[in-house]
Amino acid sequence: MKAKQMIVAGLCMAGLMLAGNAVYAAGQYGPGVTDTEITIGNTNPYSGPASSYGINGKVHAAYFAMINEKGGINGRKINYITRDDSYSPPKTVELVRQMVEQDKVFLLFGTLGTPSNMAIHGYLNENKVPQLFVATGADQWNDPKHFPWTMMWLPSYGIESHIYANYILKNLPNAKIAVLYQNDDYGKDYLNGLRAGLGDKAAKMIVATQSYETTDPTVDQQVVALQGSGADVLLTAAIPKFAAQTVRKVYDIGWKPTHFLNSVGNSVGTVMKPAGLEKGVGIISAAHVKDPTDPQWQNTPEYKEWLAFMNSHGLSGSITDVQAAIGYSYAQTLVEVLKMCGDNLTRENVMKQAASLHDLKLPMLLPGITLNTSANDFDPIKQMQLQKFDGTTWQLFGEVMSGSGT
Amino acid sequence: MAESVSLDGTAKLAMERETRMAIAVWRWAGTAALIAVAVVLPFTLSNYHVFELTQVMIYAIAVLGLNILTGYNGQISLGHGGFFAAGAYTAAILMHRYGVPYWATLAPAALVCFGLGVLFGLPALRFEGPYLALVTLAMAVAMPQLLKYFDNWTGGKQGLVLVKPMPPPELGIDRDRWLYLFVLVVLLVAIRVAANLLNGRTGRAFVAIRDHPIAAAAMGINTARYKTLAFGTSTLFTGVAGALAAIVIGFVAPESFTLFLSLSFLIGSAVGGIATIGGAIVGGFFIEFVPNFANDISDAAPWAIYGLTMLLFMYVMPRGVVGTLGPWLAHAMQQFRSARRAAK
Repeated sequence: MKAKQMIVAGLCMAGLMLAGNAVYAAGQYGPGVTDTEITIGNTNPYSGPASSYGINGKVHAAYFAMINEKGGINGRKINYITRDDSYSPPKTVELVRQMVEQDKVFLLFGTLGTPSNMAIHGYLNENKVPQLFVATGADQWNDPKHFPWTMMWLPSYGIESHIYANYILKNLPNAKIAVLYQNDDYGKDYLNGLRAGLGDKAAKMIVATQSYETTDPTVDQQVVALQGSGADVLLTAAIPKFAAQTVRKVYDIGWKPTHFLNSVGNSVGTVMKPAGLEKGVGIISAAHVKDPTDPQWQNTPEYKEWLAFMNSHGLSGSITDVQAAIGYSYAQTLVEVLKMCGDNLTRENVMKQAASLHDLKLPMLLPGITLNTSANDFDPIKQMQLQKFDGTTWQLFGEVMSGSGT
Repeated sequence: MAESVSLDGTAKLAMERETRMAIAVWRWAGTAALIAVAVVLPFTLSNYHVFELTQVMIYAIAVLGLNILTGYNGQISLGHGGFFAAGAYTAAILMHRYGVPYWATLAPAALVCFGLGVLFGLPALRFEGPYLALVTLAMAVAMPQLLKYFDNWTGGKQGLVLVKPMPPPELGIDRDRWLYLFVLVVLLVAIRVAANLLNGRTGRAFVAIRDHPIAAAAMGINTARYKTLAFGTSTLFTGVAGALAAIVIGFVAPESFTLFLSLSFLIGSAVGGIATIGGAIVGGFFIEFVPNFANDISDAAPWAIYGLTMLLFMYVMPRGVVGTLGPWLAHAMQQFRSARRAAK
């Protein structure tokens, strides 16, 4: 009996060694990768002022756990390390350095927040550690020439604005456009995206711009000034508080422009309801993810699969949160990139594969929206679909449109 | 014992002088050894640990500032995160807009924060205890928004990305170790200055005002002046720490300086021992490591672990680590020495 066991064990060992040799021959690994494991690092605000975004990290963790239960990626399990930075940039720097230098992560994935990512941007690029799919929408993240190790994921503000410009050129060619924007990089991304989209017609079509500071009490004056310019189209690039004020004021002074409202401030709960639902009827905005509360998706297999995943991983409390659909799509994108890497899991190759996405479809993105990247384009999602507010909810309309940002 | 009884006055004096000198020598040797360890340490550790220890020293300087105010002068501040931010932004703006080299930003940061502290100390004269804590709280909660308001200077909520300082090439060490040594020098200077200040006339005035303001005034201490001075000195230290933080992290944003930072300083101060200088270093360790330690123990409830650790420290050592162990150690040393003398 014992001899038999030993023979079996010996054969197994020999088999393993042969198999192992084969893997070694094919496999090229960067830090944090072994034959059985890929270590990934992440920071998310699980506490502090932005903790509502922390659902992203929780969904990633659950999704990777599910992938691991199913056998991992090419036989390798994902060891996902996610830490709480409380949305504090110095903490992010510390945690990311810990993950890179102590935990030896292969790459950073889905780090959340503009200031947090700003703080680690230089460090990661200097040390050639991939900063894949940052969770922030500013145009500056798409800069492969200067920051070849950083890639974004969300459609940038500029791309969204570009899409509005395309719609205006096609449907309202004689429009006189007024722009209200927040006086910082975020607001200016929208203004510049619009200008880029309108091209040489920009100077003629944009008849007035007004900006506000986040410290202003209201934007009433700006709205009145914009109406006075005689514009018949309004683009509002404002965060929820000021977006709500704008929607209300435009209605109250009897101005009836075709109103484009940025996706940053288009939440029904925090913008349209406070402004007064009837005052927002007809406003146009844009989306790229399936809103889990939208009844039109709730009978689709994609939604049901997502819902089952959420419920079976203790996340049933977040099934109305669009962030949970975004986090799910992020995780799927990374899994896809890692699959594409095969056994060549070096940091160089992971960037190369991430920059070679071609028409990647994800179940919780709007139908028709795909991810595409190239060596010169590090913003995977360049498409959105327009939607119109009907007094209770947003209704998608028209085709999926694309833009190219600034 | 019989010998010591038979000693005459001169011999006794000589012996006391000898003991005092022995203590001084021991102290000097101990300090030198500690500094030597601190200098050698980074060369035995990984870059990440060196970076962590640099952060510890920065927090220690900030807590030292708070100790001067809260521990020695009895004024509670919940707003030192705000002064830390002021120091950080002074350094960041000078580096970013005016190309000032990093080492030259410390003095302006110190000056700005001293000025701010004195200005803040003036109205604070009218408040005591919890009321003063509320006034300083205003500083902590207002600072992030003020930083966003003056965005032409501060870069608004985007913050400012700073050029990382380079070590002098002839030293042949990397950036992390260079910054560690740079911060270490500032810390040593800060400790020296604080010790001089607190062990002298000014320090005695601070303590007298803390213990009994009316009696202090009756003794001829200008309480208003000294309280304001305590405020200014305290914020000067914390401001310098802020400037160092900006230099080491290489980035400042309003989110870096939330109310929790101010609370962390107070917690670090209390855990280390509020009326001690060495306690500031313990406080620095606490601020840096306990949140990480809590996260390692429990992903689900790190802040509960943090709170528990804090309670444990305060329960076991109510006067803080140095405030409790210090006197105990001194007492033990004295016992040891008199036992040895008796044995002779």
